[in-house]
Amino acid sequence: MPKIKLPTKSPRVDMTPMVDLFSLLLTFFMLTATMVTSEPAPIDTPSSVSEKPSPDANIMTVVLSSDNRIFFNVDNGPDTILHFRSKILEEMGKRYNIVFTPTELRKFEKYGTSIGVAMEDMKAFLAAKDTKVKSAFEKGIPIDSLNNQMAYWVLYARQVNPAVQAIIKGDSNAEYPLVKKVLDILQDKNISRFSLITNLEKVVVVDAKK
Amino acid sequence: MSEIIQEEKQKGGKKRPKKGTTHIDMTPMVDLMCLLITFFMLTTAFSKPKVMEIVLPDKIKKDQKVDPPKIAESRTLNIVLGPNDIVYWYPGKADPAALMPLQETNFSATGIRQVLLDRNKALFNKIEQFQKDVISGKVNIKQDSLRSAIRKLKNDDDTGPIVLIKFYKKAKYKNLVDIIDEMSIVGIARYVITDITWVEESMVEHALGSHPTVAPPTAKK
Repeated sequence: MPKIKLPTKSPRVDMTPMVDLFSLLLTFFMLTATMVTSEPAPIDTPSSVSEKPSPDANIMTVVLSSDNRIFFNVDNGPDTILHFRSKILEEMGKRYNIVFTPTELRKFEKYGTSIGVAMEDMKAFLAAKDTKVKSAFEKGIPIDSLNNQMAYWVLYARQVNPAVQAIIKGDSNAEYPLVKKVLDILQDKNISRFSLITNLEKVVVVDAKK
Repeated sequence: MSEIIQEEKQKGGKKRPKKGTTHIDMTPMVDLMCLLITFFMLTTAFSKPKVMEIVLPDKIKKDQKVDPPKIAESRTLNIVLGPNDIVYWYPGKADPAALMPLQETNFSATGIRQVLLDRNKALFNKIEQFQKDVISGKVNIKQDSLRSAIRKLKNDDDTGPIVLIKFYKKAKYKNLVDIIDEMSIVGIARYVITDITWVEESMVEHALGSHPTVAPPTAKK
C-alpha cells in the first residue's frame, strides 16, 4: 500500500482576531485603571454593611495600622493644578521652622501613599531614594499632647482645602485608645462628621422574632 | 521567531515584480500585549472601598455650661465593649455602691443584635414595613427621599432604646465599626459614643475576673 502523503502546511496561525481582542482588553483596562493604592503598613479594614462608596477627591485619610502607628494622607484636590499637598507641607514647614525646596515639595506632592513621618525627619525622608531607608523613617506621626503633629496636619489640610472630608482607615486590630485619640483630635478641629473605611460584608438578614 | 516565506516558482521569462506578502509576524506584539493586560488586570482596583459615616456631637468647650440631656433611665441601654470581642451590656444606670453584674454577649446574630432588636422591635418593624411598601409600590416615593423618610421615622420614634456605647481600654477598632454597624442593621434611632466611667471599668474588670467561661445567649428578656 502506498503511503498517503499529507500535504505539508505551514504552521502559521492567523493571529489577527486575537490581537484585536487583546487591544480591546488592553484599552479597556488602561482607561478604567485606578491604581491600587498601597499603604506603608498592611491594613486589614473591618467589614460593615454600608454600601456607600468612598469619595474620589477632597479627602484626607488617617490610617491606623495594627502596630498602632498613625499615617496621614491627603489628596491633591479635584484638579492637579491646585497642588494642595505641597501647600499643606509648606504650611507644616512654616510651623516647624523647616524650609522645603521646590524639589522637595514636588516630591511630596507626587508621593502617593500615606506618610507616617515626623516633621523632623521629613527632609531626610524625601531625600531618601531607597524604600528600605524610607520605611525606617515611618515611625508614625506623633500625636502626644506635647508634640501633636497630627492635629496640625488636620488643621492645615482644612485650611488649604476647606472642602476636605475626613476618612479614617483603620486596621481591625488597632487599639481603641488610639482611635479615641484620633477622634478627639478631629473633634477638636471641629470635624464631627467623618467616614470609616470598611469592607462590604454580606448582610445577615435579621430575623425578628414576631 | 522569523518565518520563511516561500517564494512562488516563477514561470516564463518575464520578470514580474515580486508580490509582497502582507504577513507580519505578530508574535512579539501579542507577547507584549499579554504582559500589559496581565499587569493592568492585577493592579486595577475594581471595587472602590466602602465607607461608613458617623457623626459625633460637637465638643463642649471647657468654659461652656451645657446641661446634660435628660433621658429616661428605663430606655437607656449601656453597651461596654471589652477585650476579645466580648460585649457587655446593662440597662439603666450604673450604681457605684452596688455593682450590677454585666450581661455578657458577643457580636453574632444572636448576640447583641438580638438584645437590641428585642428593645427596638417597634421601630425596626416600622422601618421594615415601610421598605416593603416602597418595594411593592404601595408607597410612592423617590429613591432619594427614601433615606430621609427613614430618618424621619427614626426621629419620630420614642419607644426604642437610647444606646450609650462605651469602650473598655482593651477594645479594638474593629469593635467600634462592628457596634455602629449593629446600630444601623437594627435601626437604632439614638446612640452615642461616650467615655467609659470608672464604675463601668471596675464592672468590666469584675466580670473579667470572675471569668465566665461560656457566654450564655442573652436572648431572654
